[in-house]
Amino acid sequence: MSSIPLLKLENVFKIYKIDDLPVKALDGVDLVIKKGDFLSVMGPSGSGKSTLMHIAGCLDIPTSGKVILEGENVSSLGEKELAKIRSTKIGFVFQSFNLVPRMEAIDNVQLPLIYAGIKTAERERRATETLIALGLKERLHHFPNQLSGGEQQRVALARALVNRPAIILADEPTGNVDSHTAKEIMEILTKLNKEGNTLIIVTHDPEVAKWTKRIVKIKDGKIEN
Amino acid sequence: MTFWENLRLALAALRANKVRSALTMLGIIIGVSSVILLVAIGTGLSTYITNQLEDLGGDSLFVMPGELEIATGGGGSGGMPGAGVGASKFTIDHLEDIKRNAKTIKAVMAYTENNGTIRYRGKSKIAQVAGVGPEYQEVRNQRIDEGSFFNLSQYNAAKKVVVLGKTVAQELFDQESPVGKKVTISDKQYAVAGVLEEKGAFGGIDLDNQVFIPATTAMRQFDMQYLQSFWIQSQGADTIAATKEEVEKILSKTLDDDQFSVIDTKSILGVISRILGVLTAALGGIAAISLLVGGIGIMNIMLVSVTERTREIGLRKAVGATPQVILTQFLIEAVILSLFGGLSGITLGILGSLGIRQFLTTSVTPWSIFLAFGVSALVGVIFGVAPAAKASRLNPIDALRYE
Ligand SMILES: Nc1ncnc2c1ncn2[C@@H]1O[C@H](COP(=O)(O)OP(=O)(O)O)[C@@H](O)[C@H]1O
Ligand SMILES: [Mg+2]
Repeated sequence: MSSIPLLKLENVFKIYKIDDLPVKALDGVDLVIKKGDFLSVMGPSGSGKSTLMHIAGCLDIPTSGKVILEGENVSSLGEKELAKIRSTKIGFVFQSFNLVPRMEAIDNVQLPLIYAGIKTAERERRATETLIALGLKERLHHFPNQLSGGEQQRVALARALVNRPAIILADEPTGNVDSHTAKEIMEILTKLNKEGNTLIIVTHDPEVAKWTKRIVKIKDGKIEN
Repeated sequence: MTFWENLRLALAALRANKVRSALTMLGIIIGVSSVILLVAIGTGLSTYITNQLEDLGGDSLFVMPGELEIATGGGGSGGMPGAGVGASKFTIDHLEDIKRNAKTIKAVMAYTENNGTIRYRGKSKIAQVAGVGPEYQEVRNQRIDEGSFFNLSQYNAAKKVVVLGKTVAQELFDQESPVGKKVTISDKQYAVAGVLEEKGAFGGIDLDNQVFIPATTAMRQFDMQYLQSFWIQSQGADTIAATKEEVEKILSKTLDDDQFSVIDTKSILGVISRILGVLTAALGGIAAISLLVGGIGIMNIMLVSVTERTREIGLRKAVGATPQVILTQFLIEAVILSLFGGLSGITLGILGSLGIRQFLTTSVTPWSIFLAFGVSALVGVIFGVAPAAKASRLNPIDALRYE
């Protein structure tokens, strides 16, 4: 089983055009993620880490190259199919949390389930369960602005987890929190990995990278060996 | 995703942004209700004035002092009655002359107007004192509440008799019956012959704050050398032109052409309808402006919320919403706002026009409801959905980065 890669990037390019000047954010990236992996991507600012995560998470499509998720080539799919994959197979955590303001924690966590077509009662049950598992039992009905940075990131993590995705991608999940909270988050991620989840995280912080099983370095859009 | 799921999403989003939702609806409410109200006022006014003139009858003519544009058939410049009014030179002799020699007339009557203070036992009331002939009651279809109008012999003898309007009667006499009592008008005693039926108010003017005395008495008591105007009833609508010619001929024996004008109701109606045209256009313009302001309000609020909503759209897309689902949600939001705003606006507009009915005649017209509602709903939906449609086409990352 583990011989079949969960996610495979083959010669992926992402080229942005700024004033007609091409910027190669990804410059021929090859990467293989197996089920149960726990990977950290490190590299200087502007090296293409976020771009890599967006393409791996089906939030964006490559300029050229292939992205194969669970055996399916997703790099050529349309908007609608990509949206479906995001709602069922991907859990994404942003550095800046990106919770919807004026929506309670539990409603934020339910969002992916709504678009996956899951019924109300089941949605609420699963959102509650996930938030409780992340230690937010007392915060179900708080609004984002009533939560600390660490709590907001845990809500965002719950939102990524709630649809039981094939892979969880976290772009600098500890970038906006203090070192104590960072440790808390890494403990949670490690526990999730032990439970069988596949995770990729982006970080600058070697302390954070130490928690992961494998480190990949990226520079100028290329993976370093 | 079902429609109901999407409706719930839209309702949740509206509830989550109560202030913005309320402000958007306010824009629609103001736009819709002001259009309905203004059009109701314009229409009510037109109907009222037209009815008043139709009451005068299509067979009436007026003789006014001076040279009036409408009488000479001019009016390209939008002439108004009263323009170029000169001092009157009309006498009782003129009246008698017309009465005797004009063959196509049914009736002729003098008409004068003065202001006076009417007193009764320490109470007083300032009112319009109209000097008329005994025919007035019949030709103007005035109903009498109590007593009677003055008669021809009282008129010929210039007796000091008076018929009171309802307001004057009520203020001076309260519950008491005025008929047969003596009131003082400008220091002279008059016997009350009767009280007219209530006529109501128009444009804030109380039509019952009026009293009627014989024109002959008015000339004597108010020291008037001349009568202000004549009112003539032709035999029928088809003899108007002939009557006009006859009367002009009779008067030009003793008066210069620029000292009098003979006007028929039809030409007055022409002038009034020109004025009403301008009035309606002005009200329409104001209504259009308020609708525009309402529309801009909606637009503004919708656009201001775009930053936040664009990020929200990016996030919703990132967790699996398709562009079509996003669009449906925003469309439902906009439709709900427009619908509730529009219905509240209609209710408010109708209530408002009922509310001011005691000051002004109003008449709510269906087309104004459709127009106001249609425009507001269109603006609400377009400006609610267009930014959302744009955002729904962005990729989630660009939408999330939107500032
Ligand atoms: N939407 C975009 N348009 C143009 N250039 C972009 C865009 N996103 C990223 N880039 C460029 O691509 C490069 C990689 O960016 P990014 O993946 O965000 O780097 P990192 O996350 O490692 O800091 C940078 O040079 C950045 O300026
Ligand atoms: Mg980055």
